[in-house]
Order: sequence, then C-alpha cells, then structure tokens
Amino acid sequence: MSTSTTPRLPVAPGTSVAVPRRMSPRRWMAEIGWRHLIGLAAMAFAVFPILFVVSASLNPLGTVSSSGLLPKAFSLVHYEALISGSRGPFLQWYLNTLVVCGVVAVTQVFLSTLAAYVFSRFRFAGRRIGLLSLLLVMMFPAILAMIAVYTMISDLGQVVPVLGLNSLPGYIVVLLGGSLGQVWLIKGFFDTVPKELDEAAIIDGCSHWQVFTKILLPTLTPILATTVLLALVGVLSEFLLGSIFLTADDKKTLAVGLYGLLQGDRSNNLGVFAAGSVMIMIPVIILYQFLQRYIVGGSTAGAVKG
Amino acid sequence: MSSTHAPAHRERTTTIPAVLVRVLFLGAVLAVAAFTVPLMIELKQWMWLTVMVLAAIAIFILYSTKRFVPGKYLFPGTFFLVVFLIAPIILTIGYSFTNFGDGTRGSKEQAVDSIVANSVQQTEDSTWYNLAVATQGDPVEGPFTLFLVDPETGAIYRGDETAPVQEIPADAVTVASGFVTEAAGYTILDAREVNTAYDALQALAVPISDTSAVRVQGANQAFEGTTVLSYDESTDTLTNSQTDEEFTVGKVGDSEYFVDADGKRAFSQSWLQNVGGSNYERLFTNAGIAKQFGAAFVWTLIFALGSVLLTFVVGFALALVLNDERMRGRRLYRSVLLMPYAVPGFISLLVWSNFYNRDFGLINETLGLHLDWMGDPTLAKAAVLLTNLWMGFPYMFIVSTGALQAIPNDVTEAARMDGASRLQTTLKVVTPLLMVAVAPLLVASFAFNFNNFNAIQLLTEGGPFLPGEYTRGGTDILISMIYRIAFGGSGADFGFASAVSVALFALTGVLAAIQFRFTNVLEDVN
Repeated sequence: MSTSTTPRLPVAPGTSVAVPRRMSPRRWMAEIGWRHLIGLAAMAFAVFPILFVVSASLNPLGTVSSSGLLPKAFSLVHYEALISGSRGPFLQWYLNTLVVCGVVAVTQVFLSTLAAYVFSRFRFAGRRIGLLSLLLVMMFPAILAMIAVYTMISDLGQVVPVLGLNSLPGYIVVLLGGSLGQVWLIKGFFDTVPKELDEAAIIDGCSHWQVFTKILLPTLTPILATTVLLALVGVLSEFLLGSIFLTADDKKTLAVGLYGLLQGDRSNNLGVFAAGSVMIMIPVIILYQFLQRYIVGGSTAGAVKG
Repeated sequence: MSSTHAPAHRERTTTIPAVLVRVLFLGAVLAVAAFTVPLMIELKQWMWLTVMVLAAIAIFILYSTKRFVPGKYLFPGTFFLVVFLIAPIILTIGYSFTNFGDGTRGSKEQAVDSIVANSVQQTEDSTWYNLAVATQGDPVEGPFTLFLVDPETGAIYRGDETAPVQEIPADAVTVASGFVTEAAGYTILDAREVNTAYDALQALAVPISDTSAVRVQGANQAFEGTTVLSYDESTDTLTNSQTDEEFTVGKVGDSEYFVDADGKRAFSQSWLQNVGGSNYERLFTNAGIAKQFGAAFVWTLIFALGSVLLTFVVGFALALVLNDERMRGRRLYRSVLLMPYAVPGFISLLVWSNFYNRDFGLINETLGLHLDWMGDPTLAKAAVLLTNLWMGFPYMFIVSTGALQAIPNDVTEAARMDGASRLQTTLKVVTPLLMVAVAPLLVASFAFNFNNFNAIQLLTEGGPFLPGEYTRGGTDILISMIYRIAFGGSGADFGFASAVSVALFALTGVLAAIQFRFTNVLEDVN
C-alpha cells in the first residue's frame, strides 16, 4: 500500500523551476514537442474504436461496410429499435445486468470485507494458511470447472427451481463463488487503519461486530464503494457462464444478449449493437474518470488484480 | 481460536434484539433445511444433500454460541467459495475418469428404457391418430407434447416422453377438422416448426404401456405400435422378439454399449460409467490429440507472454514519454488513455471483431489493405494480439505512471549529476527500480491472459478452423479449446474436456508457484 498515494504534482526542488524562460521552438520540439506527438498518436489509437462505436450507432444504415470513424449521417433509429425491443428485449437485458452486477458486486465486496476484517484484526489458528490458500484458489480459473458447475446447477434446479438453469438467481449464486476474491485487497485497506482505534472502542465496551460496523466500515466506506464499482464493471464482462446458463431471451445479460444479436446477423445488427454498447460504455467511462485517482493509486497497490 | 487483543468484550451481556435476530436466523436455516432435505433425498441429489446438511451443522455450531468469532465472519464467503469453486474442481477431477457426455448422461436403466421405447414398430393393426405437436418450452428444442385425435372415435389423447398417453376431456382443447388446434398452456407448432424439429420428433416415443408406444410418422400422423425389444435383467441382455437376436453389454472404445453378436455397437445409447484413466491416455498418447494439445499450449504461452510484453512495453514507453513535468495537458492524456480500460471487455472485443472484416473492415479500409485477417491463422493471431494490446496497454500505462511517480526525484537527479545521460538514467536507474514494483503485476497479468477465454471466444471464436477440424482453431488457447470439446458442435465430450481441464489446473498450479516466488508473498503474511 506504500505507493497508493502517488504525488500528483512535481515536488522535487530540482525540477520545480521547470520553465524559467521560454525555450526556443527548436529546443521545445526536441525536448517536449515530440512527447506531445507520441501522446497524440497514442490518444488516436486509444480512442478510434470508441469513435467507431459512437459513429456506427448514429449511422442509419448500420452495416459494417457503411460505418467509419466519423458519422456520415445522424439518426437515432438504432436507439429507437433498441428501446422498442424489436431486435431483442434490450431493456430487459439491461435490467438483468444491473441486477446481476449489483447483487454480485455488493455481496462479493461485503463478504470479502467480513473475511478481511478477521484476517486483519484477529490472530487465530489457520490464519496464515487460510490467506495463502485463498490466494492459490483464486488463481484457479473457475470457468475451467464449468461443466461441473453446469450439472450442479441443473441438479439444484430440480430441488429449488429458482436456483436452476436459465434463472438469474441461479446465475448470481454461481458468480458468488468468487465471494472472497477481494479479501487481499480489502485486508490491505484494513491494515492502514490504526489498531489503536478499535482497541479503544473495545475498551469502551464495543463488541467485535460493533467495532466492525461502527468504527471500521465508516472509515473505509469511500474506498469500499469504489471497490464495489470496480467489481461491478468486472462482473459486467462475464460471458462464458452466462452464455451456458442463460439461454432464454428474457433471462440474458447484456454481454450474452448483445453477443447473440451481433452473431445472429452481423451485417444488419451492427448499428443496434453499437447503440447498445454506447449505452453501457458511456456510464462506465464517466465512472472511471471520476475514479481515476483511485485507479492510478490502487493499480499498484493490489499485487493480484481481480 | 482466540483474539490476542480483545478479551474485554467477552464479558458483555447480550441484548434482547440480538438474541431475537439469532433465534430467527437459526430458525430460518432449520426451516430451509427441513424443506429441502426430503426433496433432495427423493431426487437422489446426494451432493446437494451433503452440502445442505454440512452447511446447516456449520451454521449452528458457529452462530449459536459466542465462540469461534473469526469463523462467524469467514463462513459466508467460504461457503460460496467451497460450493461453487472448490466442489466443482473436485467434481471435474471425478468426471475426468468417466465417459460423461452426450448420450451418456443418464443411468443404465434410462438408457435401456430409451432403447426399448425406441424399438416401437408399426404393425398391421396399428391405430393411427391425427397428430398435433405442442410444446410448453421452445418450438425447436422442445420438450414436445403430442395431442392425438382418434379419427374413428373422436377421442382426444395427450402424452409426452415422461407422461404416458392419456385420454383428456374434449372441452380442454379446441378441435378443428379432426386436429387439435389450440390447448391451454401449450403452443401448437405449425407445419414449418414441425419440420424444423422433425429429427427430434422422429426419435420421440411416447409410451402407452410397457410394451407399446406412440411414434410420429409424417407431419400430422402418429401410430400406436408395440415394442420389439425387451430387456432381461437377470442376463443383462436385450432381445428382439421378431428376429430373436440378442444384444449383450460389450465395450466399444472406452464405453460400454449394447452390442450384437459380432461385438458391434447396436444402439447409440450408452450410460455414465467409469473409464479409468483412458481420457488421460487419450490426451497424452493419442498422437493427433497430443499434437492439438501441444499446439494449443504453445500458442497459449505465446499469446499470454506476447500480450504481457506488448502491453507493458507500450504502456511503459508512454508513461516514460508523458511523465515529463514540463508537459502541459498531462492529465488530459491520462484521462483519454484510460478510456480503453474503462470500456467493458466484451464490448471492446465484439467491436474489434468487426474491424478485421476482409472486405469492409475498418483496418483494411483505412490502410488500403486487402488482408484476410480472420481466414489466415497467422494474421488471426496477430489480430488477437493487436486487440489485446489495445485492451491492456492503458492498465500498464497507469501502473507504470504510478510507479514512476513513486520513484524519488533525487535518485534520478543524482544519476544526472554523476554525468549519466537522460537515456542512461532511464535505462539503468529508472527501469530497474520500476521493475521491482511492476514485476508481480506482470506475472499476474500473464496468469490472467493464460486463461483469457473472452479474448479468444468473442473475437475469433477460435477460428480459423482447418477443414474437418472442430476441436481447435488457429487462435484457440487451451481454455477455449476445452470449451469447444465440451460444448462444441461435434458432440459434447465432458469426460475428455474434464481431463484437459485437470491438466490445465496443474499448469495453473505451476504458474501460481512461480507467481508466489516472484511476489514473495509467503514472507509477507503477518
């Protein structure tokens, strides 16, 4: 966690006198200008697919061949087609995805926080081995066991139909298998809160649960909220299990639904797909811009990322 | 299990609401267990029964007393982890020793029932019915229900594969010109839909009694016939009553089937059985498969290593170039370069998959090329790497920028004072310092890409495939190859796919060991 607060301004005395006088254009080009050129090229590379999606979503023809980086015509027909549901229950997918991502992300982070609390604050037999095996287990790609998960859920569906195949609760429950995925990250957050704080609370008569809910959670709320949002975006892209489990049209998530839409008729559904993508992408991009500071710091903090 | 620093709170008195919540919670657990356990026993769901019973016991032990404080916090997450992550891994290992797959899902009894029901033959005095096919599910997949009208008596019958044919009252359905046209709760298939589902309907045998069943003939006719085969449990044989031919259980390939006198497979139905290590044998000794596996493994390594190297080199270079305090607009650059990282992965991949179209794709169009990106294995691999570069370099850029800014300025100042050039400072001082911070992330990124299923499936679907090749395309990494073996078009082979999964588990374990070594995490835990 030592690098999590990156200096955001140059502070060293040697460089704070960066531009004492205007450089000559030639020198400016040699020292700084070329950096801007590379930066601009990198920006163009980073942005062109996003431009393409936006432009394709506005292009009334909506085919691969007619879509370029800049919209040649402006029309909202694809958005209308999407919302009206004529190409598939898009709004239902959107809602499904919100439900799945919301429930999974919140539950995952909450359960991880519970576990991280004891790993950070308690000393008990099996603590070290628990933490290490957690790291090991989380490295195994859960989707390799997809066949077993599939049969397990189809069996469970016979006992409790709500938790079976082709049902959102069943899908959610499976994704909760990754519930302890953020333990290491959140344990790091807990470790930054001084222990004296909860020791004082315990002396004042707080139970371990009160220490957790009344002292530690409030101090960590902002960073935990950010973790939830990042987990949410992670769940958004889950495709493999969704494509196996959710086959009914009204049960699909956006990833599964939009994939099917594009696969079904690639040349004619591109516009609608692009419109759908814009409606998912824009909120997430804005979200990331707000979280930028945290992401820049946090990316070096968690040695094992998601 | 004890806390070293928190002995004081043990002495507190318990409040009434807390007790109430605890009693209600434990009561709810008991109720759920009481409701599901009999059902699970009835349905023979032994695995779920074990899970349910163990979970209920664990909950009562952990939450009924004041002891086991860490356990109370660890249980919920651990429960999901064990049930949906660890149990499937153990089951997968189990499957890898069986012939689990299409046609071998059920028990031997189910296979025998299916063979016998399918042996229904038309006889001279067969009753013919007017048929309407209905479904409560999908008109293509089924399950299908047959509505039959006896043209002579006008009696109406209904039946499906699991529910024998039964007469139903006439007012339950609408009959027009001798056919059922509407039935509450069912969708009646039209002629086109019946045609689409015809293969499935042909195989359908709706039992009437142990020796007779109804089968579909044509789009709107069905007949009642008698079964020709009968099963004798004592000798474990099937006998054909018309030809007196006997079929015994014999081994074909890895699995047991009913075979004729020559030992040839007589029926396609088989059942779930143990096949020992033959899946592994096939994986490692069958030259064709071992070659496929080896080729996929090599490409997986290239893909994972290449992705990490490309993204890191580009991201690190950009961080170096753009991390100059004299530059204006550094925040803007950073905001924009962050964008690909923010686009949900599945969207990025699906969008990029459009760029590689040979005739209309953006890349060929803009650059004036005419490359068949998705048709040529080498180009397809390049396309996968290029896309992964776009998706991954922002992360490396952010990480490198963060690490660069964490390097104290006086270190580089000192190097400059000692006469090192800018380039030398960067290469000999900054880079090694940065690698210390970034190396664990590179290893993690490698491990992630090693099993990056989405990057392949959503972009190329593993293609291009050589003619006649279904299990591995030119860009298939190991995990997407497993997906194709297990769920691909050429018939599901779960047993073999599980064996490949187990092999991949072992490989991942090795990776984990390497990563642990790199991150020194073992010493860090305190």
